Amino acid sequence: MQKTEICSFKGGIHPPYNKELTNAVPVREAKEPAVVTIPMSLHIGAPCKPIVKKGDTVLMGQKVGEATGFVSSPVHASVSGTVKAVEERPHPNGNNVLSVVIESDGNDTVDPSIKPYEDFTSYSSKEIIDIIKNAGIVGMGGATFPTHVKLTVSPDKHVDTVILNGVECEPYLTADDHLMQDHPDRVVKGLQIAMRALNVQKGVIAIETNKPEAIQAVAKAAEGFQGIEVQKLATKYPQGAEKQLITAVTGREVPSGGLPADAGVVVMNVGTAAQVALTFETGMPLIERYVTCTGDAVKAPCTMKVKVGTPYQEVIDQCGGFSQPAAKVISGGPMMGVAMQRTDVPVMKGTSGILCLSKEAAYIPEPSACIRCGRCASVCPIHLQPFLISAFAQKKRWDRCEEFHALDCIECGSCSFICPAKRTIVSSIRVGKRQVQAERKKKAVKSNG
Amino acid sequence: MDNKDMILTVSSSPHIRAKATTSSIMRDVVIALIPALAVAAYVFGVKALLIVALCVATCVASEAITERIMHRDVTVGDWSAVVTGILLAFNLPVQAPWWMCVVGCVFAIVVVKQLFGGLGHNFVNPALAGRAFLLSSWPTHMTGTAYIPLTDTVTSATPLGILKEGGNLAKLPSDLNMFLGLHGVYGAIGEISALALLIGGVYLLIRKVINWRIPVIYIGTVAILSPLFKQDPIFMICSGGLMLGAIFMATDYVTSPTTAKGQVIYAVGCGLMTMFIRMFGGYPEGVSYSILLMNVATPLIERFTRPRVYGYAKEKSE
Repeated sequence: MQKTEICSFKGGIHPPYNKELTNAVPVREAKEPAVVTIPMSLHIGAPCKPIVKKGDTVLMGQKVGEATGFVSSPVHASVSGTVKAVEERPHPNGNNVLSVVIESDGNDTVDPSIKPYEDFTSYSSKEIIDIIKNAGIVGMGGATFPTHVKLTVSPDKHVDTVILNGVECEPYLTADDHLMQDHPDRVVKGLQIAMRALNVQKGVIAIETNKPEAIQAVAKAAEGFQGIEVQKLATKYPQGAEKQLITAVTGREVPSGGLPADAGVVVMNVGTAAQVALTFETGMPLIERYVTCTGDAVKAPCTMKVKVGTPYQEVIDQCGGFSQPAAKVISGGPMMGVAMQRTDVPVMKGTSGILCLSKEAAYIPEPSACIRCGRCASVCPIHLQPFLISAFAQKKRWDRCEEFHALDCIECGSCSFICPAKRTIVSSIRVGKRQVQAERKKKAVKSNG
Repeated sequence: MDNKDMILTVSSSPHIRAKATTSSIMRDVVIALIPALAVAAYVFGVKALLIVALCVATCVASEAITERIMHRDVTVGDWSAVVTGILLAFNLPVQAPWWMCVVGCVFAIVVVKQLFGGLGHNFVNPALAGRAFLLSSWPTHMTGTAYIPLTDTVTSATPLGILKEGGNLAKLPSDLNMFLGLHGVYGAIGEISALALLIGGVYLLIRKVINWRIPVIYIGTVAILSPLFKQDPIFMICSGGLMLGAIFMATDYVTSPTTAKGQVIYAVGCGLMTMFIRMFGGYPEGVSYSILLMNVATPLIERFTRPRVYGYAKEKSE
């Protein structure tokens, strides 16, 4: 069922979206990478422990790293071939991370243990969560929080709705847009599986109005399924931020410091849902994803189906390479993405985009004095007063940062974007947040000791 | 192209910025003041333009010199001193002597703005503080008589002055003349035409430089209170410095509240104060003192109108 009304939240910005660079270009399958690097950290949580060693032969889909705790997620070989090394390699997070480097034999021989699962209705909630856990599925929107943890809701919380996040409010990115158009059935199936795992009767697929084709495709796929709705959302950043999405769709607010489950909701990215459906369909764990490689420094921007572990540079090369020197290569979108130091880092489970910006597009003007115009406060989706928090942080007044709710900041960057004085507001708030957290820890240690 | 010879910039997100800058905002304010400037030139002649030019030049020069002396970055490129110069000139009578213009501007920029830390740190509006300083120092120069070349007349009192002193009420201009400001109206250089100022205000609203709350509520408060004092609301809102003050000076970012609720309280306060001064005060006009007083109250207003933060229950918000 497709709802006609358009929902939204209070605040937010309208950055230039630049999605036309890639949204009409059909998705391409990336060339088979010669070598993939599988970091033991492809998710938030404890890193994996490698279970293969140099010289081992591995098959596609074979587990190469074992999860080391509940909030952790196994990693798998995305190609078949030989393990060339198990050593520290550059990671998109800027550090060197223990990784399994696999030289592909070009055959993509699938691990024989990988078989399709039966229809999902024949599994219990716990079985579904186990299947998802073993398939290494994590939030593919970018946060890479292990999905099995998300689906394991403590019994004192009453979850009644699953929301699929197909908002993709980050400028430039079109990976989710393409995925919803190419595989709407998987998106809907994934939602049904998540609803069964959570024993929930209501599912909502939320999509921004700037993706009419995706809305149409998903609405068609969802037709006739009880309890599943497609909800149109206003095109505005950060419409896809978890809290803003929940409020727009349900009218509820996630309490400060709480989880979506405290508002009775579990939110999943559409890509994650499609991967869950794919895993049930084929048995294949998460080894491949849609990545938008775009920006004014790329010759032929497009969205591509890329194996996890493929170096960024190879993806860029397959888009025709750089058209002009790139001043910035960003993992993700321009609002919350992380600027990379190098392009030989591997595509991860949460890599939604590789954004290459020229010097002009990446230009950030020098900051000047705050004129108290209040724009940052009026766009803040959490209704904070960012100019005050950032000023307190610069004066190292951590107590005042806390008093003005620095910890509730979701770091969406709307304040820094809108600031006419070009102040790096969200960066100072980040510093403030970290200090407030550190002070809290200190206090906790003191009161315990 | 190979990336081996490229050096990638690493900085924290976001990686893009909106187009509007401090100087583009200030330029918009200057553009919005042009209609009123045109009316001033038409009614008062070239003398009005000279006063504006002198004030702008003095403000920019004193900002540059002070910043140089204080070893700060020279920020005259942000156009904020230009805005202060025009606004202060707009608040002066056309017969204001040149030295008074200079003194007012130097006071506004050096004492009120730079000594308190420069742009963003002044606690009252510099142009209004400059005017208040001149009014208390040389009251006769700030009122007095003036020759209006357009109508070839010498006038002595503003419409509000006539009202205050209980003069010949038949001398009051019509509402239409008050609104257009083109004919037989006397007042400070930039305040005579409500229409010209409104055009500027609409431009600022369209460009999203200001929001509607402060000007609409301020002017609305005066209009609603007027009948209570048996005054003509149209006369009250078109006379004196109300339009200029409500649209261009009460909306000064630095000295007005940033919260929506705060802006409402602030604007109502400005309106009340203006009416009280006009009706009960010693001065015929109260716009500038009203705004200055509410400027001072701004930190207090902001403190009690903090927005409810997402995820906090209503009763728990401070």
